[in-house]
Amino acid sequence: MPRTLTINGQEVSAGNEQTILEAARDANIRIPTLCHLDGLTDVGACRMCLVEVVGSNKLLPACTTRVQEGMEVHTDTERLRAYRRQIIELLFAERNHVCAVCVANGHCELQNLGIAVGMDHVRYDYLFPRLGVDLSHERFGMDHNRCILCTRCVRACDQLEGAHTIDVLGRGARSLIVRDMNIPWGESTTCTSCGKCVMACPTGALFKQGSTVAEMVHDVEKLAFLRAARERKVWNV
Amino acid sequence: MNLEELNATATNERLAQAKKNHHLHVCVGTACQALNSEQIAKALQTALRQQGRNGEAEVKCVGCPGLCSLGPLVEVASRVNGGPTQPANESPADANHRTAVLYQFVKPEDAEEIIAHLGGEPVKRLETPLDQPFFTRQTKVVLENCGKVDPERIEDYIAVGGYQALLKVLTEMTPQQVIDEITRSGLRGRGGAGFPTGLKWGTVAKADPNRYPTNVPEGIQSRKFVICNGDEGDPGAFMDRSVMEGDPHRILEGMAIAAYAVGANHGFIYVRAEYPLAVKRLRTAIRQAQRAGLLGNAIGGTAFSFNVEIRLGAGAFVCGEETALMASIEGGRGTPRPRPPFPAESGLWGCPTLINNVETLANVPPIILKGAEWFAGIGTEKSKGTKVFALTGQVKNTGLIEVPMGISLREIVFDIGGGIPDGKEFKAVQTGGPSGGCIPAQFLDMPVDYESLAKVGSIMGSGGMIVMDDSTDMIEVARFFMEFCMDESCGKCIPCRVGTVQMHRILTKIQEGKATTRDLQILEGLCDLVKHTSLCGLGQSAPNPVISTLRYFRDEYLSKVKPG
Amino acid sequence: MDKLKFASVWMGGCSGCHMSFLDLDEWLFDLAEAVEVVYSPVADIKTFPQHVDVTLVEGAIANQDHLELIQTIRKNSKLVVSFGDCAVTGNVTAMRNPLDGAEVVLDRAYKDAQLLRPQVPHDDGIVPPLVDHVVPVHAVIPVDLYIPGCPPPAKRIRAVLQALVEGKSPEMIGREMLKFG
Ligand SMILES: Cc1cc2nc3c(=O)[nH]c(=O)nc-3n(C[C@H](O)[C@H](O)[C@H](O)COP(=O)(O)O)c2cc1C
Ligand code: SF4
Ligand code: SF4
Ligand code: SF4
Ligand code: FES
Repeated sequence: MPRTLTINGQEVSAGNEQTILEAARDANIRIPTLCHLDGLTDVGACRMCLVEVVGSNKLLPACTTRVQEGMEVHTDTERLRAYRRQIIELLFAERNHVCAVCVANGHCELQNLGIAVGMDHVRYDYLFPRLGVDLSHERFGMDHNRCILCTRCVRACDQLEGAHTIDVLGRGARSLIVRDMNIPWGESTTCTSCGKCVMACPTGALFKQGSTVAEMVHDVEKLAFLRAARERKVWNV
Repeated sequence: MNLEELNATATNERLAQAKKNHHLHVCVGTACQALNSEQIAKALQTALRQQGRNGEAEVKCVGCPGLCSLGPLVEVASRVNGGPTQPANESPADANHRTAVLYQFVKPEDAEEIIAHLGGEPVKRLETPLDQPFFTRQTKVVLENCGKVDPERIEDYIAVGGYQALLKVLTEMTPQQVIDEITRSGLRGRGGAGFPTGLKWGTVAKADPNRYPTNVPEGIQSRKFVICNGDEGDPGAFMDRSVMEGDPHRILEGMAIAAYAVGANHGFIYVRAEYPLAVKRLRTAIRQAQRAGLLGNAIGGTAFSFNVEIRLGAGAFVCGEETALMASIEGGRGTPRPRPPFPAESGLWGCPTLINNVETLANVPPIILKGAEWFAGIGTEKSKGTKVFALTGQVKNTGLIEVPMGISLREIVFDIGGGIPDGKEFKAVQTGGPSGGCIPAQFLDMPVDYESLAKVGSIMGSGGMIVMDDSTDMIEVARFFMEFCMDESCGKCIPCRVGTVQMHRILTKIQEGKATTRDLQILEGLCDLVKHTSLCGLGQSAPNPVISTLRYFRDEYLSKVKPG
Repeated sequence: MDKLKFASVWMGGCSGCHMSFLDLDEWLFDLAEAVEVVYSPVADIKTFPQHVDVTLVEGAIANQDHLELIQTIRKNSKLVVSFGDCAVTGNVTAMRNPLDGAEVVLDRAYKDAQLLRPQVPHDDGIVPPLVDHVVPVHAVIPVDLYIPGCPPPAKRIRAVLQALVEGKSPEMIGREMLKFG
């Protein structure tokens, strides 16, 4: 049974199992996302997609919240805009994002969100952690300096490739994306070198070897295509 | 065993105990044990033998009676008239209390003297009065057996009415009646948020196990689960540990009643591995209860079966959060996930799951036995019953206390706690640990209940209570808790993972005299962000110590920042 | 109306931002009409003057001289503009920060890479001592406007300066104005 709700005052109808994010997208309303990726399950981690729902005293992640009949959703209030900018600034300050020398410069979701939220500078102290780059794999590389810990690579590897080579080590700001039991990527025996993690990565953290500044373009759409192809047997788009 | 057998066991045990005129209770809780209290128990036993008095007295290792700052503690309960039996409806605890002597700072060398004085005048130099406000102002429900029963003997628990509630529920009540009873009692969750327990039980009972996809491991028959949350990660908190160590059977009984009410046949107790004594005693208790037919299949001869397993946590604070805890039990990384769906609908392996705190469950058996009205008679309109607090900081008596809800902070700090030592002035009390706030002197007469604490910007929390005197640097307090949250953040969501680091950094800058009023603004902006956008309660409450100190002690901040 | 007193400064950066500024080509003539250049690496003026209206600061704060000069700039300028990524974020100049301290970098530049007489010039007055941690300009003084970009494209610089010359505040929104890198 379809549900009727309003998003930013606009009346929208949606399937009852749809999330607010999906319903909004069908209605051409854009909600910023970072940890969401079509084709992967949602984890509600980045908090960029938080929306206000009338009657709820908490902000709700659009990517994991199901629509309800009569819901009144606001996706772009001043308060939300301020929070989103703060979140993006926190990410830029957390690790070493030097767009000027980054493989993803110009094709980076984080960089694009910086523009979308109107970030002209970062208010917080840059933390400058000392992090490594793993170039041990013959075709791919991982630069922890650019990783925002969205776990899209973890989920792509687990859910689409079924390898579960990648996971998160440690907690808090010390979290680190690792392969197998924290070994160099090139030594992983479970990695199939399929490259799905690289496709999934929103930033310059995962890249094809040999890419130089601004050359790394991620094929994120391919993952949604793969999922649709497998689950719904849709092979042509 | 069925009710008849249970009653017989209780009577036998009481008779056996009544043969002894003197019961010496040695606290072997973690704090006293660390001070060698097991040696004291041995020394007392030796002295009994040497003085030929082991026929009339018995030494019992018990859980924590609360006054840890005076430990190791030994309580000597003697019957004045030495009657042969005890009234059946009176627990040894009650009887003992009238005639008891409490010894403080006991050493193994004191054993001979203590035994020599049995039945005569107490050893004056060791005695500490039992009628001091520390004891008389407390109301013991959850802790009634702690310090009285031997946690390693099920018979001892049965002798004081243990497992009566479970058998009553199984034989006389429907699950709905149990839920109604808990609902009417007004019991609210003691794990922090104060969620009405009856409502939660009702939701799990009604939940359809087929609504969400499930993947229960082979070998586990249940399609609903009960979890006892014994993670207790707040720094300085040891309420739940004391119950698990001192009265483990009560938790099992509470869990079994909950399981019957919601329709679960399998349960887990999640305890941090840093609580080895609690784990050991719970393990022993489970084994004893199984052997007695009070856990496992066909409990008390009824059709109800319920198994309990222990799961060890690695000590991450976030694993106390219910969704992270369940992920951890499932063998995954202990990180929270967004709710809904709530565990009551889709929890462990996707099944409807009831998760309650240790103290919440420990309240259940007495509510069943004495009735919802009795429980609802303690406390305030919206906060019923008692609350256990770990009273620490700059207060004379530190330790574990249990007080009726609605008691004033002043009574806790100045009567039970004995006031501030060294002639200093009271400044604030911190409740709720890293998720709570600091309450200044102007609210000393405020009643301690869920709503009042929230109104002044703190929370009940799980029961940490730190008293601070006028020499305390409030920014340092805020910084301490922020460091804790920063270290314990799971790192999943950005506001908490990075926001706590930035807040800690600004607090450090303030302490180093390097911060400006702009930094203070940024700090307040971060408090707002992290509170309202974090995924789980850890992040959502991490700014509370900063927010509350900024609210009540802003001058301290302003005196340390430069304009700019 | 008096002409706008305009300054630009080159601190811990590669001068690329100034190069991009020079890419404004003939528009520079229009600018020269509208402003009075009172201090700039492209003009031979030794001390930073007083009563400046607008100062563009290229580069991060990387050494002691920067630390001192930036205070003068703030005191003497109505509007301080962080000009380019190094000024706004620290950028490439700050890439040495994770290495902890300036000494490693100095050793690499003056010792490891030198065959003849490797030595770090620590004597007074030769090169200004480096600060341990490179920071963006706004970490040291309040900044009024930020022009990101490495370097900021000439069009972006022009949009900002045009607005300032007209007495308006520039609209820093959208990809054209805000993209880093
Ligand atoms: C970071 C965090 C830590 C928590 N730690 C505990 C804990 O150690 N023990 C506990 O009972 N509840 C803890 N909780 C609360 C649980 O998530 C849950 O609400 C509680 O166990 C429910 O039991 P109750 O209804 O009996 O209170 C924690 C919550 C958060 C957000
Ligand atoms: S990952 Fe994106 S934001 Fe980070 S440096 Fe590269 S381009 Fe910039
Ligand atoms: S490597 Fe890329 S995809 Fe993986 S967590 Fe980091 S930013 Fe996300
Ligand atoms: S709020 Fe903190 S602990 Fe909770 S999910 Fe987010 S990062 Fe993890
Ligand atoms: S996209 Fe919804 S939380 Fe990240």
